[in-house]
Amino acid sequence: MDRIPILKLGGALIVTIQVDMHDRLALALEEDLTAMIARTGARGVLIEISALEIVDSFIGRMLVSIAAVSRMLDAETVVAGMRPAVAITLVELGLELTGIKTALNVERGMTLIQARLSEDHDRGSDLEGLED
Amino acid sequence: MDNCLAPTRGTAMAPIEGAPGSLKASNEYKDKLMTMDGAEVLAGTVTRDETAILDAWLAGLRAGASLQSGRIREAELQTQAKSVLAQFKDALAEGGPDADGEAYASLRETLAEISRSRAIQGFTPTDTANFVFALKEPIFEALRRAIGSDTPALAAGIVAAGKVLDQLGLHTTEVFLASREEVIGRQGQEIAELSTPVVRLWDGILALPLIGTLDSARTGVVMENLLQAIVDEEAEIAIIDITGVPTVDTLVAQHLLKTVAAARLMGADCIVSGIRPQIAQTMVHLGVELNVVSKATLADAFAVALKQTGRRVVRQQAVPAVERR
Repeated sequence: MDRIPILKLGGALIVTIQVDMHDRLALALEEDLTAMIARTGARGVLIEISALEIVDSFIGRMLVSIAAVSRMLDAETVVAGMRPAVAITLVELGLELTGIKTALNVERGMTLIQARLSEDHDRGSDLEGLED
Repeated sequence: MDNCLAPTRGTAMAPIEGAPGSLKASNEYKDKLMTMDGAEVLAGTVTRDETAILDAWLAGLRAGASLQSGRIREAELQTQAKSVLAQFKDALAEGGPDADGEAYASLRETLAEISRSRAIQGFTPTDTANFVFALKEPIFEALRRAIGSDTPALAAGIVAAGKVLDQLGLHTTEVFLASREEVIGRQGQEIAELSTPVVRLWDGILALPLIGTLDSARTGVVMENLLQAIVDEEAEIAIIDITGVPTVDTLVAQHLLKTVAAARLMGADCIVSGIRPQIAQTMVHLGVELNVVSKATLADAFAVALKQTGRRVVRQQAVPAVERR
């Protein structure tokens, strides 16, 4: 597999990583995801990594940079379903993924993104209200 | 093997009868040294004089500290001494003075058993080793009785006896220490397990009351337990209570922060509670900062956790104290 599929669900993009991430795959994912956010105007990105068993510093850094790029394009990144061993490894590597929201599973992750979307929606309607 | 004593003793008489200075006597003496085996002398003596040795040994043990400490009954001591001496006799006859040999396997096992029970009963290593070393004197006495004034034979016997008994004594000490270490290791493990429980306070709210100093090894265990519990309980909030942590220095703070960071990566929020006033002062003086939500008590932290998960504790109606019972 040389590409990781990105699914669009309303205003959110969903990525589930089900293979071992190698560096090229991670770079391709960053590129695809950035393009996809720009194209769809998504406000939230959910990266599901419950099947990811091995991380290294590069993958950790990739997650951080994906989050940073998404934020620049006004989308919020949520990493969901990290395994305990992966969390311990990342902490030991000194990668605490600051700036990324985390969730225990996809359900909670989607709740976080929905909250963000409805917030945007409210703000949007406020603006509309101002226009009237 | 039992009759080996007679010829040895027969030849042992030779140098005393002959003139010590003569060439012939000297040669005979050398021959005798070559053929004479301390182990055989020893085995024969122990076999023949078993009862006397046992009595003398028990007398020595009675005078020693083992019995007087009241940790062991005399009957038990007698049984142990009897079986050890019987096995010692058999092993000597079979395998000579080499206490590491095959013939001593069962004796070593018996002694190991005794040492282990002594370790559990709280004896000192000296007491335990003295159980074997107290056998020396009776055996030396018996050798002297059996050999008489034949100094070389006596010396050979004593050397053999000393060697084998020293080995056995060391063996008991080693087993004693090993079983002590086992006890200590088990206790350490129990303490580690006891002091890192993860408690479920409410749906999705976990508490981790930490007791004792946090070092790297314990942090690892704590972290693993907490993260696994977060997965199992689908927890949203984990409260780390450090009321039982005696001191918080930079290292402990770093370990705490690591745990918090790992829990956050799993999608759970952490609240640190139970920082005592003195510890808070020390931490600030040391320049240690915990950049996490922290509360003074577990109750406060729990209240925050309930609030964050959208819950509220409401008193339904004030119930008079008398009726509550």
